[in-house]
This record gives sequence, structure tokens and C-alpha cells, in this order.
Amino acid sequence: MTEATPKLAWKGVTKRFEDRTVLDALDLSVAPGKSLVIIGGSGQGKSVTIKTAMGLMRPDAGSITLDGECIVGLSEGKRRKMFSRIGVLFQGAALFDSLTIWENVAFRLINADGVPRKEAKERAIEALEQVRLAPAVADRFPSELSGGMQKRAGLARAVVAQPEILFFDEPTTGLDPITAAAINELISNQVRRLGSTAVSITHDLASAQTIGDEIAMLHNGKIIWRGPAAELNTTDNPYVRQFVEGRAEGPISHAV
Amino acid sequence: MTAAEAARQVARHPIQSLGRSTLSAVRMVGGVGVFAVRGTIAALTPPWFVSQLLRQFVAIGFFSLPVVGLTAIFTGSALALNIYTGGGRFNAEQVMPQIVALGITRELGPVLAALMLAGRVSAAIAAEIGAMRATEQIDAMRTLSTDPFRYLVGPRLLAGVLMLPLLTAVADTIGVAGGWLVATRVLDFSSAVYIRNTVDFLQGWDILSGLIKAAVFGFIVALMGCYHGYNAKGGARGVGRATTHAVVSSAILIFASDYLLTTFFTHAAK
Repeated sequence: MTEATPKLAWKGVTKRFEDRTVLDALDLSVAPGKSLVIIGGSGQGKSVTIKTAMGLMRPDAGSITLDGECIVGLSEGKRRKMFSRIGVLFQGAALFDSLTIWENVAFRLINADGVPRKEAKERAIEALEQVRLAPAVADRFPSELSGGMQKRAGLARAVVAQPEILFFDEPTTGLDPITAAAINELISNQVRRLGSTAVSITHDLASAQTIGDEIAMLHNGKIIWRGPAAELNTTDNPYVRQFVEGRAEGPISHAV
Repeated sequence: MTAAEAARQVARHPIQSLGRSTLSAVRMVGGVGVFAVRGTIAALTPPWFVSQLLRQFVAIGFFSLPVVGLTAIFTGSALALNIYTGGGRFNAEQVMPQIVALGITRELGPVLAALMLAGRVSAAIAAEIGAMRATEQIDAMRTLSTDPFRYLVGPRLLAGVLMLPLLTAVADTIGVAGGWLVATRVLDFSSAVYIRNTVDFLQGWDILSGLIKAAVFGFIVALMGCYHGYNAKGGARGVGRATTHAVVSSAILIFASDYLLTTFFTHAAK
């Protein structure tokens, strides 16, 4: 593998739902160890972009490569192997209601990796401590936690197996600004600690600038701007300016 | 699309609507078939999630005992009264124990237990898996390298197939006991005669055929719950729809397969 091989790349990826094109020959890549944040309005295809890379949705055209190998249309067995290399924090945390927090965090360890329950619990509690959740939380159920705590538990579940790639789907949606800032900081810390490649999608610009090395803006199924996180506030791209400034008038027409 | 919009659409384009409904029905039958095969493979081949399986045995089997037991005792009692009254029209009251036993073991035990399970278990499975779908828990499970078919569907199918025959055996016993209770307390039958008539008359196949039916019904109940829950779309409304579809389709398939199995058993016995 050469230095130039991206960790994850979308090449000409198209996805349609009936007559609506959500991703239009999307080209995007992430270098190993880098954190890319995809921003954009609602319904612009951000979730579809990461779902195609996670293998939860199959693109109609194009290819997606992980370390240079195409991951579209893998068999269930190969996909499961690929999943062992990724960790995901879902928008609503997606914790399993019927399991305790530690069982959620240790789910992959117990059910896929065959780690004994005792050892899995110890590792889960360690992961919970890394996201600043007390060991006492381990035996509670998801419904007994606040939204912010559920996100932290979801983050612990995403990182516990030390994945190579982390996906974050709207990590701060529905959280108050202080909790959101804490989650952003935890995500940055975990990504740095593991040295993983990270791909996040968000509307939250503060979150994007905290957790991203680079930011890409998705509009009408294509990347219309990409640059270092620090340039988000200085770029003169009219689409980005309108999005950052939150103006109703501009090149992005909104069907509200 | 609301019900009113759908009705307007049908009135405006009847042929198109009929074609769309037919295609949708064919797609669903194919979808259920593929789902059933994948679920069966997941249920019968390793790796098995034993804790999940045990949890489903308890949820589907143990917690259904009260509702199945109550249904069986009242049905057995009512059946005894009806047969006694009806049989009296041609002086056949005395065969009431045999008919109650035959009716319960071959037909009412398995069918009523299955219908109770359709209402209790199929709905619960559809709601639980549908809610998991709506909150991305199924996607999360896949990204955690765990096949939802093995973790969610397989254990429920196995539990349905194994637990409903056990529940039916309980329903058979309680149903016949219900008939005995009415016969001895209300109709002045001798307890010893009632029991002897029942035991002498019943053949092993009467009970076994009911238990085989129950295994098939158990598969149907669990399959419909899993299928409709797994394919639920559209948030809370979709989960509600999945629950309704699971119960209705389970009930219809139970009656249809009951007739087919009874026909098959009748021909096989000749």
C-alpha cells in the first residue's frame, strides 16, 4: 500500500430513491488517521454517504474502497469481518434497550469476538471511564440515562474494540450546548488516542470544527467545498458562507 | 398516503391500483419466503445465542401459560356444554367426553393456543423488533459484527416452534379438564366414567397431530412477528402498522395452514 492510498474513498457513488438522486457521482476520500466532517443541509445525503460506507446501504453506482479494497456488495461473512474494523456512534446512540449499559458496550466483545463475560465487563467499564461515565452506570439500562449519558455510552461502545475507522452520525444532535461541547471533546480525545480515521456528519458547526481536521460540504449529492477545519469561517464559497451564516437567502434554496 | 387519498387513487385509476396491489402482494410473498429461509438457516446453524434463546423460551413459553390456560379451560367447559346439548337432540349425550377430547386435542388446543400467541407474542415481537429498526438498533447490531438474523430472528423462530407444542400440551390437558369439570359438576357425569371414556377413546395420533400443527403455528407466529417488525418503516406509525399486520397475518395463516394440515393428516391416515 502506498502513502497516497486513502483509508476510505467514495468514487463516483450514486444513490437514488425512486426518482430522487441523493448522491450524484460522489467523490470523497479520507487519509489514514485523519478526521473528516461532512456538513450540509437536511436531506442532502450526509447520512446516506456514511451508510454506504458502513455497508448498511448499497450504492446504485460507483465504488467505495477501504485501504484500496472495494467494500461494495461484500458477502455477509466478509461484511462482518469488515465491521470488526469500524466503530459507529449513531444519532440516537442506538443502545439496545433490553441490555444493561455494560452489556451494550461489550456487545461486540461478547457476541462477535468471543471474549468471556467477566473480561468483557472489565473492558466495558474501562471504556465507560474513558468517556467519563462512572462504573455505577454499567449496570443501569439505557432508559435510565440522560441523552448525553446515552451518547457517551454509545461512544464507549464504538471505541471499546479499538477500531481503525470511526463514524459519528450527528453526535451532538438533541444535546444542550455544554453537553454537546463535552461530547465533542470526548470524540476528539478518543480519535486521537486510538489514532483512528474518523468520518462524521453534522449540522453543528462548532462540533465540526472541534472534531474535524477537514470539513467537506455536501449539497445536491456532491461535495461543493472541502478544506481544513480552520478555513470554514474564512472561505468565500457562497454555499459555505450561507450555511455558516445561517441565511435564508443565497445559492442554497430551501424547501421549508 | 392516507386512507382517503388511497380510496381516491383507486377510484381514479382502478386497473393501475389493482396491478400495484398484485405486484406488492407478490413481492411480499417472495419477501416472506426469503426471510423464512434466512431465519430458518440462522435458527438451525451455529453460532447460537443461547442466552437469547433462553430469554425467548421464557417470553414466548412461560409467560403465555396463563392466557393459554384460561382460554383452554373456558373453551373446554363451553364445548362440553354445547356438545351435551347438541348431542341430546339425537340421544348422543354420552359421547360428549370423547368429542370434547377429540375436538380439543386435534383442533381447538393448537388453534386457540396459536391464536393467543398471535395476539400476545407475534404483536410483541413485531413491536420490539420494529422499535429496534426505528431507532437504528438493528443497524447498530450489524456494525457490531452481529447478524440480526442470528441474534433476533433465529432464537424467536426456534422458541416459537418448540414452545407452542408445549403450550398446546398444557392447553389440551386443561381444556379436557374444563370439559370434565362441567360434566361432573353441572351435568351429573361420573368422574371415573368420564376419565375412562376419554383415555380409552383418545389415540396417540390425536394428540401428536395437534402438537405437529402447533409447531407449524409456532413458526408462523414467530415468523410474522419478526418479518413485519424487521421491515417496519416510518417511525412509531410504522411500528403500529407492523404490529397489526403481524397479528392479522398470523391469524389468517394459522387458519389456512390448519385446514391444509388437517387435510394432509386425513389423507395420510387413509
